[in-house]
Amino acid sequence: MIKMNMVVCIKQVPDTTDVKIDKKTGTIVREGVPSVINPSDKNAIEEALLLREKFGGKVTVITMGPPQSREALQETLAMGVDKTILLTDRKFAGADTLATSYTLAQGIKKLEEEEKFDIILCGSKSIDGDTAQTPIELAETLNIPQITYATNIVIRDKKVRAIRDVDDGYEVIESEMPVLITILKEINTPRYPTIKGIVQSFQKGDITVWSAKAINVDESKIGLSGSATQVKKVFTPENSKKGIILQGDPKEIVDGIIKQLQKINLI
Amino acid sequence: MVILVNENTCIGCELCVKACPYGAIEMWNKKARIRDNCTECGICLEACNLGALQSDIERIIEEVDLSQYNGIMVFAEQRDGQIIDVSYQLITKSRKLAKKLETSVSAVLLGYKIKEAAGKLIDYGADKVYVIDDDMFQNYLTSPYTTAIVNIIQIYKPEIFLMGATRIGRDLGPRIAKRLNTGLTADCTAIDVDRKDRTLLQTRPAFGGNIMATIITPNRRPAMATVRPGIFKSKKPKLSKNGEIIPISAPISSDSLKTKIISVIKEPKTCMVLEDAEVIVSGGRGIGEKGFELVHKLAEVLGCMVGASRAAVEAGFITPDHQVGQTGKTVCPKLYIACGISGAIQHRVGMMKSDFVIAINKDPDAPIFNIADIGIVADFFDVVPLLIDELKKIRECKA
Repeated sequence: MIKMNMVVCIKQVPDTTDVKIDKKTGTIVREGVPSVINPSDKNAIEEALLLREKFGGKVTVITMGPPQSREALQETLAMGVDKTILLTDRKFAGADTLATSYTLAQGIKKLEEEEKFDIILCGSKSIDGDTAQTPIELAETLNIPQITYATNIVIRDKKVRAIRDVDDGYEVIESEMPVLITILKEINTPRYPTIKGIVQSFQKGDITVWSAKAINVDESKIGLSGSATQVKKVFTPENSKKGIILQGDPKEIVDGIIKQLQKINLI
Repeated sequence: MVILVNENTCIGCELCVKACPYGAIEMWNKKARIRDNCTECGICLEACNLGALQSDIERIIEEVDLSQYNGIMVFAEQRDGQIIDVSYQLITKSRKLAKKLETSVSAVLLGYKIKEAAGKLIDYGADKVYVIDDDMFQNYLTSPYTTAIVNIIQIYKPEIFLMGATRIGRDLGPRIAKRLNTGLTADCTAIDVDRKDRTLLQTRPAFGGNIMATIITPNRRPAMATVRPGIFKSKKPKLSKNGEIIPISAPISSDSLKTKIISVIKEPKTCMVLEDAEVIVSGGRGIGEKGFELVHKLAEVLGCMVGASRAAVEAGFITPDHQVGQTGKTVCPKLYIACGISGAIQHRVGMMKSDFVIAINKDPDAPIFNIADIGIVADFFDVVPLLIDELKKIRECKA
């Protein structure tokens, strides 16, 4: 039986469903917004754990982020992963997807000095940036094939077969390994850490921290320097409509709605 | 990275205060001061015209000769030999941008037996169409498509490269951008050009879809973007114009392909129907599972489709194919009823083209009211059951 050596890339993100906008300044209020593991990254971890249960092997989780990303890695240890790596350095700040993918690739290359990987699993997109670009740029940097938007993964004859969700249906794609796969949420339900898992995660205490120097980066390719894109401006869109406001007695409200719907011939 | 303020240079113009998406810069003694909630995103560095804001990490800018790049190139996406509409939408838009920049529009088309389709791209306004007609390109596959398009970009050097933000576009775009070491902006909801410095202005929701950001690729070319389908309308120019179809030979693949397609299953998804729906009732997380039962009932009475906010989908009240917004579908119904949806930007970009919007929300300050034709400040459960009853009565009367 083959053993699968898997790397999962994750991102700690603000729980954007709770983000508020300061009405006066139109800016984002981040204070008090909890950080979570990006939802589809959790599905990627779950898929790696399922593959390990089936074939044996190892799951390593890697992330690039500020020091507090440790919390996210601790949670993945509690879910049952074997090893975690935190790439953190002040020089990584301000990175776009191009710079982030380079940094992750350098981390994975260092990891490979110990052991080659078979599959890299990533969530299909993050809920904060929602670009879905970093995993693919990572695959390109490592010069390995990719399967995006996977909803099912099967390993057979040392090859990966995945169902890929596309705009007008599905494709079954077969790939050699090593391969990078991005995961859609539908693929599985991520497990919750068990009490035993949480206790063990602290006993393992195994969060390896690598700085820019440790992964031997070219400084022109990381952080702001390595980023090809720049934010020119941010703004909240202007309010375009002045509608009618209805409130008070529910019956009057409903009458108001019906009248309007009749006026525009919708009923 | 730490942001530092040079107090001798700062004139207190407050441009940086306006630029910071987090409100992390304040004025103190008429000088900028960085607050503790700074996330070191670096946006303010660009905002300061005087260079009074600096980071403790030196920024290295690679010099690229931008002048050798010219023209706008569009990736023409085909499925089963048919070019999809977003490609025409992008050509229509590119014609306008090209006029501003006084340059030309080209398209790249890869497929098998697609010579005829190439002519249509000229009908929509492409000056040149680069075509690779080879059975290798019949179906989309990441690696050969990347290699072929990168070759074409390297030979013809467009300054802007646009593609539809489809599953194919978003699989292919990052691969090309990385190989060319250039910038790519995902899923734009608006694009424009700055005539002066010839940059592509790429606008999309950012920071969790709570705010809009305009992104540029200042020092590398081409500037690349995937653009959300349905944002622009495709339109053939009134005057038919001449264009040139340029056949390109398929690149010789040196190594055998590492991936292959085993089978393709065509299955129209319900989301396609949602995009074409004339009336949509959408629910947010706040109304809960019980609320969604009512949303379905209301939809049944109105004979329409059900949509949802991202939070509702994430809470598991409904499947992801019903999601409206930046991460979901872009819809443009005649009537959109938003129930318990606060209206974060990421949701609004998906439904703001609706003809008529009714919003029901308990919170009078919910941003959804800013784009609603009728805003109802009330409890969903007080209003909607009544509304369903009334609509039923009307329907029975008509019957």
